Amino acid sequence: MQRTKIFPSLDAAVADIPDGSTIGFAGFGGVGTPWFLIAALSRQGAKRLTCVSNSTTARDMPPGAADMSAIVANGQLAKGICAFTAGTRPSQKLVFTEWYEAGKVEAEIVPQGTLAERLRAAGAGIPAFFTPAGVGTEVSEGKEHRDFDGRTYVMERALPLDYAFIRAWKADALGNLQFRLSQRNFNPLMAMAARVTIVEVEEDVLPAGGLDPDQIHVPGLYVHRLVKVDPKGMPA
Amino acid sequence: MSEEKGLSRQQMCNRLAREFADGWIVNLGVGIPTMCANADFSDRLITFHAENGVIGYGAIAAPGQEDKHLVNAGGQHVLPKPGMVIVHHADSFALIRSGKIDVTVMGAYQVSEKGDFANWKLAGAKGGGIGGAMDLAACAKRVFIVMEHTTRDGSPRIIKNCTLPITAPGVVKMVATNYGLFRIDAAGVTLTEIAPGLTVDEVKAATGCPLVIPDNLQVVAT
Repeated sequence: MQRTKIFPSLDAAVADIPDGSTIGFAGFGGVGTPWFLIAALSRQGAKRLTCVSNSTTARDMPPGAADMSAIVANGQLAKGICAFTAGTRPSQKLVFTEWYEAGKVEAEIVPQGTLAERLRAAGAGIPAFFTPAGVGTEVSEGKEHRDFDGRTYVMERALPLDYAFIRAWKADALGNLQFRLSQRNFNPLMAMAARVTIVEVEEDVLPAGGLDPDQIHVPGLYVHRLVKVDPKGMPA
Repeated sequence: MSEEKGLSRQQMCNRLAREFADGWIVNLGVGIPTMCANADFSDRLITFHAENGVIGYGAIAAPGQEDKHLVNAGGQHVLPKPGMVIVHHADSFALIRSGKIDVTVMGAYQVSEKGDFANWKLAGAKGGGIGGAMDLAACAKRVFIVMEHTTRDGSPRIIKNCTLPITAPGVVKMVATNYGLFRIDAAGVTLTEIAPGLTVDEVKAATGCPLVIPDNLQVVAT
């Protein structure tokens, strides 16, 4: 017997997300970004969300896509946990930065490797770890420090998610996932860190056995919902 | 940008890239540092690593050649190269943290004479952009900085103490600016090579901390 993980639509896949959830958006530089699921979340309207994402913006989005800016502009965000809470150039004014500066959303800025490892730790049953990144800077203020072998490290906590939004290249009906090139980025880590993992898939979902077991990047046991999308664009 | 004095951005990057040794794993930050990839490496094997888990990527893709699934850490489409490897973000930073990166080249707003540098947050800003800079700065074997020598209004960027929030303390070993090449160590900041057309007094006047001037001061070969 096999229950299907395939959902009929993006909207159906995000329909039950309650107010106050912590949601991770994978993706980096607009590659592997689950922008159709984010668009569905903006239609769904859940409020007081904590969103975890490397940055708040994606580039070159197709029709029907959205990035975290849409969640901010829609008044759905309470807090962003990101490696970038402002643009990479001073001239770049992001929607998130405007809302943050106006005091309408909270932000936690996290070094990118620490963000990745906090997600990995959450998916690996590790409550906290020590890293040298950020020692001696603003981001380690108030946190526990400890010396190991003559070097100072800061303790960082695991970052579990209620929901992870993932974009994969290929999937099978059991939810086993494959990514292509730099699409992988945060996707496997967020999938492992979440209680419920929702995936937008670029190619048709294959039957079980359609993927080589040695070439699966995320085992289906971490994956709960699959929606086939059209990489070129989706009707909103 | 301040007035176009001394080296161009590409010349600054070419000079730093001459320090890369055969076999090095190199991480290039967003902005000016990406131009290091355009230098001549025909005599050395250099592997470029990007934070998003791409190890051994090739040149920036020309228009029409882009693969929608492949970008570098700056979000620029790059070409695959034989031997390229993809890992996820946690593995990408595992290799950073464990010291596998021979050099990281980054831009900066300020560098102090103690080797502190600031590149993630501007004065008065609430938000910032750390990206992978803190992990790389704390863990790479060497940190090189490439930046304009002064701010838009002519203030020095190489100074006694950073006034902006720092990215990491005491890690910068070498700085290339349009004014020349600088080494930072226990002796402070040494001008090791000066840009063609500039005088030592001009460099000193545009620098916010004492400069050691060696007897055998060289001119940057361009």
